[in-house]
Amino acid sequence: MKFKSKTALIPYILWIAIFVIAPIGLIAYYSLLDLNGDFTLANYKNFFTSAYLTMTLTSFWYAFLITFFTLLISYPTAYFLTKTKHKQLWLMLIIIPSWINLLLKTYAFIGIFGLHGPVNAMIEVFGFDPTQILFTDFSFIFVAVYIFIPFMIIPIFNALDEMNPSLIYAARDLGASAFTTFRRVIFPLTIEGVKSGIQVTFIPALSLFMITRLIAGNKVITLGTAIEQQFLVAQNWGMGSTIAVFLILIMFASMLFTRTKKKGGRA
Amino acid sequence: MRTTLSPAAKIYLALVFIVLYAPIFYLIFFSFNSGGTMNSFEGFTLEHYAAVFDDNRLLIILINTVIVALLSALFSTIIGTLGAVGIVSLRSKKMRNTLLSLNNILIVSPDVVIGASFLILFTMVGVKLGFASVLISHIAFSIPIVVLMVLPKMLEMNTNLIDAALDLGATRRDVLTRVILPYIKPGIFAGFFMALTYSLDDFAVTFFVTGNGFSTLSVEIYSMARAGISLTVNAISGLVFIVTIAIVIGYYYFMSRSKKTKGA
Repeated sequence: MKFKSKTALIPYILWIAIFVIAPIGLIAYYSLLDLNGDFTLANYKNFFTSAYLTMTLTSFWYAFLITFFTLLISYPTAYFLTKTKHKQLWLMLIIIPSWINLLLKTYAFIGIFGLHGPVNAMIEVFGFDPTQILFTDFSFIFVAVYIFIPFMIIPIFNALDEMNPSLIYAARDLGASAFTTFRRVIFPLTIEGVKSGIQVTFIPALSLFMITRLIAGNKVITLGTAIEQQFLVAQNWGMGSTIAVFLILIMFASMLFTRTKKKGGRA
Repeated sequence: MRTTLSPAAKIYLALVFIVLYAPIFYLIFFSFNSGGTMNSFEGFTLEHYAAVFDDNRLLIILINTVIVALLSALFSTIIGTLGAVGIVSLRSKKMRNTLLSLNNILIVSPDVVIGASFLILFTMVGVKLGFASVLISHIAFSIPIVVLMVLPKMLEMNTNLIDAALDLGATRRDVLTRVILPYIKPGIFAGFFMALTYSLDDFAVTFFVTGNGFSTLSVEIYSMARAGISLTVNAISGLVFIVTIAIVIGYYYFMSRSKKTKGA
């Protein structure tokens, strides 16, 4: 290509330097500072105490549960969607809720799960006493799964949609059962979509802080909540940065995880 | 895969759609409730909508949100499109992949980390927290999605078009404005709309980098929701829902029109 446009790259590269590389560097730098701005490794020592490790593990556990349930609901949904007549229209109807402001959707659940809300009203119809659903693990996981479902469905839908249907016919002709076809043909061919879905769910699930505050009522502490707490409440940027360093490392790991597998699939 | 859906599959899909839309319609339904709660519907009223339009502070926040969204989408679309054009023109594959990996970092980064690191950045550089810091952050986190939307269009473009234009005596500026930009227009639109929705939807980053005097809708709803149920928030959701549907329709209208002109 004779047309060169190095000048077009200048603002873009400046952007990368200032808003991608510098912030990561600053986080790493601040993680080595104590409250007075002196160099220290105390934050890291702190991070490896049982209190923080327990928090990290719980955060992972919640993120795992959220991702698991999101995938469990999304995969069949995406699969059935590809078989509908106007699949693009149906897909759009799945996407629209994801465009409604996150805060509004979360706020809705404060009403829905409230002590006098519709869910409790239903429970009462069946003769049970209304219970507090809000501020429980269940409500936290439910709302998070609700938020992430569209983001999981889209990549899986695309992967299923790209798949050549004759592969399924071939499998069936060769005598594979519906389950075997799914396990040996459909699922392996759509694993890329599943992986991108997991990536867009797991990392955000680790760092949720708004839903934990509004729905879980500070009972659930995720890595995200801890960072927000350290930065904006405790004003301990050093400790907050240390937790952020950890999140960044997990993020890089997940980027590698999705990339290497992609090479293997397309080789 | 032209098999029809079994009834069980249909019920499953219906359930998913009901669960996805129920909370949204629940909010909008109670925005017309004359009682003050989201539990029992007492009577129809528009007073909560009136309350939104009577509240000057809320109106200013709404305007702020829209201005930040439009400006950040505009600037990120410009920088991102130029970036995509530049990336494609790079001859070294390694360089290209490095840039794309760096590009993806902000897409994969958790909001909280972006917010916290930008807060450090702005404090260090001395940018006052408020409109400027929020706008700059929104531009910054929208650029990578614009690049990802424009890049496929750039890659599918036949480079002969550019060579032909150059051979026919077009300047580099002409090539950009008369050949490349018209071709990648659908990608640019898609990038612009994505940037718009990223900005409108953002809460965490804004929450970190906004100062005392400046607020966007998400941050305001957060503080209102922490204080408890207020049907004004429901009225806002009604308005947001209408605007969202309008944006979706506008987006598909633009997309189908640009497809048609390409076909003609």
